[in-house]
Amino acid sequence: MSLALIAALPFLGALLPGLMIRAGRDACAAMTGSVTLLALVLLGLHAPAVLSGEVVQTRIEWLPALGLNATFFLDGLGLLFAGLILGIGLLIILYARFYLAKSDPMGQFYTYLMLFQGAMVGIVLSDNILLLLIFWELTSLSSFLLIGYWKHLPEGRQGARMALAVTGGGGLAMIAGMLILGNIAGSYDLTVILQHKDAIQASDWYLPALILILLGAFTKSAQFPFHFWLPHAMAAPTPVSAYLHSATMVKAGLFLMARMWPVLAGTPEWFWIVSTAGLVTMVMAAKIAFFKDDLKALLAFSTVSHLGLITMLLGFGTKAAATVAVFHIINHATFKAALFMTAGIVDHEAHTRDLKRLGGLRTLMPITFGIALLASLSMAGIPPLNGFLSKELMLEEAAHTTWITPWAMGVLATIGALFSVAYSFRFLAHGFLGPVRSDYPHKPHDPGPALWGAPAALALLVVVIGLFPMASVAWLVNAAASAVTGEAVAVKIYHWHGLEAVALWMSIAAVGGGLAMLGAYPRLRAIWDAAPRPEAKHIFDGIIGSLAATARASNDALHNSSLSRAIAVAVLAIAGAAALAFSGGMHLPGSRDLMPVPPLVAVIWAVMLLAAVAVPFLHRERVVALILVGVVGLLIAPFFVLMSAPDLALTQLSVEVVTILLMLLALNFLPKTTPVESPASRRLFDAGIAGIAGTGIGWLAWEMMTRTAAFEPISHFHLAQSKPGAGGTNVVNTILVDFRGYDTFGEIIVLGIAALAIYALSENLLRSPAVTRRLGLMRPEREAGDRHPMMLVVSTRLLLPMAMMVGVYIYLRGHNMPGGGFVSGLVFAIAYLMQYMASGYGWSHARQRYDHHVLIGWGVLIATLSGAGAWLFGLPFLTSGFEYVHLWPLEEFELATAAIFDLGVFLCVLGAVLLALASLSRLALRAGEVVNTRAYDIENPGEAR
Amino acid sequence: MEALVAIAIGVLTAVGLYLTLRLRTFPVILGLTMLSYAVNIFLFTSGRLTQNRAPIIGTGETYADPLPQALVLTAIVISFGMTAVIMIMAIGGFLESGHDRVNMAEGNDEAAEDRA
Repeated sequence: MSLALIAALPFLGALLPGLMIRAGRDACAAMTGSVTLLALVLLGLHAPAVLSGEVVQTRIEWLPALGLNATFFLDGLGLLFAGLILGIGLLIILYARFYLAKSDPMGQFYTYLMLFQGAMVGIVLSDNILLLLIFWELTSLSSFLLIGYWKHLPEGRQGARMALAVTGGGGLAMIAGMLILGNIAGSYDLTVILQHKDAIQASDWYLPALILILLGAFTKSAQFPFHFWLPHAMAAPTPVSAYLHSATMVKAGLFLMARMWPVLAGTPEWFWIVSTAGLVTMVMAAKIAFFKDDLKALLAFSTVSHLGLITMLLGFGTKAAATVAVFHIINHATFKAALFMTAGIVDHEAHTRDLKRLGGLRTLMPITFGIALLASLSMAGIPPLNGFLSKELMLEEAAHTTWITPWAMGVLATIGALFSVAYSFRFLAHGFLGPVRSDYPHKPHDPGPALWGAPAALALLVVVIGLFPMASVAWLVNAAASAVTGEAVAVKIYHWHGLEAVALWMSIAAVGGGLAMLGAYPRLRAIWDAAPRPEAKHIFDGIIGSLAATARASNDALHNSSLSRAIAVAVLAIAGAAALAFSGGMHLPGSRDLMPVPPLVAVIWAVMLLAAVAVPFLHRERVVALILVGVVGLLIAPFFVLMSAPDLALTQLSVEVVTILLMLLALNFLPKTTPVESPASRRLFDAGIAGIAGTGIGWLAWEMMTRTAAFEPISHFHLAQSKPGAGGTNVVNTILVDFRGYDTFGEIIVLGIAALAIYALSENLLRSPAVTRRLGLMRPEREAGDRHPMMLVVSTRLLLPMAMMVGVYIYLRGHNMPGGGFVSGLVFAIAYLMQYMASGYGWSHARQRYDHHVLIGWGVLIATLSGAGAWLFGLPFLTSGFEYVHLWPLEEFELATAAIFDLGVFLCVLGAVLLALASLSRLALRAGEVVNTRAYDIENPGEAR
Repeated sequence: MEALVAIAIGVLTAVGLYLTLRLRTFPVILGLTMLSYAVNIFLFTSGRLTQNRAPIIGTGETYADPLPQALVLTAIVISFGMTAVIMIMAIGGFLESGHDRVNMAEGNDEAAEDRA
């Protein structure tokens, strides 16, 4: 459980900053930091077990049938990464507290940061690859939010979009690759997959899976040719750059390569793809970094270069190289995060990060300079700092690796190291050395210890690891490298390998060459500025632009914004597909006995059909069409009565009344006639389509009705269990409130949402000036003499209590006889609507004590509570209370649980119907309808006008 | 009887579809209402036609299939909700734009301009 808790803690912690920010920025940062600290402590508790070679596991079954379980495991590699993520995360939280300006929403920042932290910890602890993929995509999403944190900056928004497109796209490729691996291994658990090296490497699917997974890793870790997004992501606030783009997120790709190393590495494909990509990235990015003037851009390309170095080492596929890779991951995280924070301090104090405007900060900011000096010397690989140790080991490995020729790899790696020395020294020389200038945008001085504390702690690590590598980190490197390679690793890190070590001479050449390069900087810069270079952002924008244009063109071609055309095409396609399917299959003639036609039904049928067929001919007069549709709808009710469906008849009748009322009301705001627009040929064509579809459906219904079902209907169960199981004799009602109660529960919520949506839409309309103007012009041309006739008012008043009594009666009998909450709610609604019709909406509404929203809310709440009541008895949600009938004193309750649920249905239906119609009526009020002060007009007609 | 019901379903479908192919919102909504009648009856008949066998336990030996009835009952109520929502959308469209056409006018496509 505790591993899952470690992964869950940052997510839980993400909720806190939003709340704590009200208590001030210090409290907010402290709270956020303490969550991270707690996770770090929990992780630390597992460290002894992991270091002794154990693998800690946590397993929570979720969807075992799909192989999707929340399984976590912690080995040396996971411990290293989780420690980096949480440890540096803690420093970043401290740093960000003092870095962010007062105007920046800090609660939001910490929330995003914690989301990201949780996703990262999730990646490194996941055992299940599906779970890992979810966390992987979460890091893309949360980093999108972090990069675009300064929403007002266009670079921030564009950088965030580019990062999301590249890393998210790579993640999609990786999903496919991981699924292939899972299929080969027969399990989605990493621990199982890692044991199937031979099966995976022998599979035909090895190469596709490898390429897809590497696409994910390369995009995330900014390897060539996907490196271009990282420098643009530097538009993020510096704490984000330090955390995501140096220490953690960009290392997720490296983590993945290291994690999959036991099964994927060791083949020629792996060697050529991975080490080449790493080598090219390392050399190219280091060269670009040298010419960057923006401190963060320089560090960004340097990060890309170092990621390339680690990728290259992993690509070698040897145990020794993988161990060096792990070592360099630790070293790079320490010095690079410190450098980013230093760059942030310079930006914060001098208000610029441009090397051309800086220089001389050594005397103005001695503490910052000290930190920058240690970290950048380490980056350059100067002894005895930690960067030197891993760089020596890297050069040694490169020198002994054959890539095209035996010496090419060594030479190129030396050149990469040379560039690295050059840009590290340029960072120092052009930023901190030289004379103090008089034209800084802001007079710089050292900030307080709160801001330099975090980078200073990292700089201290740089020195400690550099001086005492065996005592300080060898244990961690051993544990992580053993996890990567699957064999016990006992690393030996020395400062001095003797004069015969080739790496020493490569190092000396790199330092000398780097210093020479810095000396020749002005001339090299002139050449660089004159040389044409492809701008990755333009290429990227071009690709995205052309994709968008293609999508738009195909969309416009398929969809010309014509609803009629879309419907026609869809209907014809469905009819065609149905005809094809039907002609392809085999079927026997129907054998079911036909039912004789009762004379009454024949009459009803004829009237209904007549009304239906008349609609297309008379539909231009909208009121007439509406009446005809009403006739059809009402005549369906007796059909249901005759066909043994009394509940349906009741529902159809009451819904029909409400629907027609709604449409009549709506017609107030719409034109009363439909003009002739389409030519006769078009109408004939439409009629043809409608005829084809109608014939098809009618025929299908005929074929269905003349046959008995191929399978026994499941409703035998409902019929048999209705009385003993649900305690009611009306099976339709017991299905609604008991057997399928969850469906009904969902349905009343949908109905409530629909009503609220109507309310919200009408509210929006009332706010729009154009709508109000148009409503104001919409004075009725002709009104009835009596708007609120006394006869109608008096009779509806009398009917109100009677209708309510009928409603209550229908509700109470519902469980055993036709009726129930749906019908009862509709009857009540109609009784209220009659009052609206008689005395006007405004008059009635003023006398109504409860809002319709409240009814909907109570309805859903009561239904929920009646369902949740079953939990008290240890039963699943919505279990009917009938089971407890024989237990004293619950006898009184047993009938109640289903009835209480039905009460919720009743309230929700009532509220929804009334809210929908009331929303329309509010439009009418705005349209200039006068609220009458009396119930009817007879006494003083003038008042109502 | 089955033939009559099948014909009714077919006619309601055809009329409903014809109306949904019109160019103004109100006929389209009427057409959807007609279509939902047809669909509801169609769903109901999947329990086959029976007379005098309402699914009330104790009123007879055999009963009509209650499950399609329960499904159709909720479908009737939901179709009211749907009709009400598209009705307010139709009203909104008319009040905002001054016309009640369902198809966007070609050449003066506001949405396309927004996208550009």
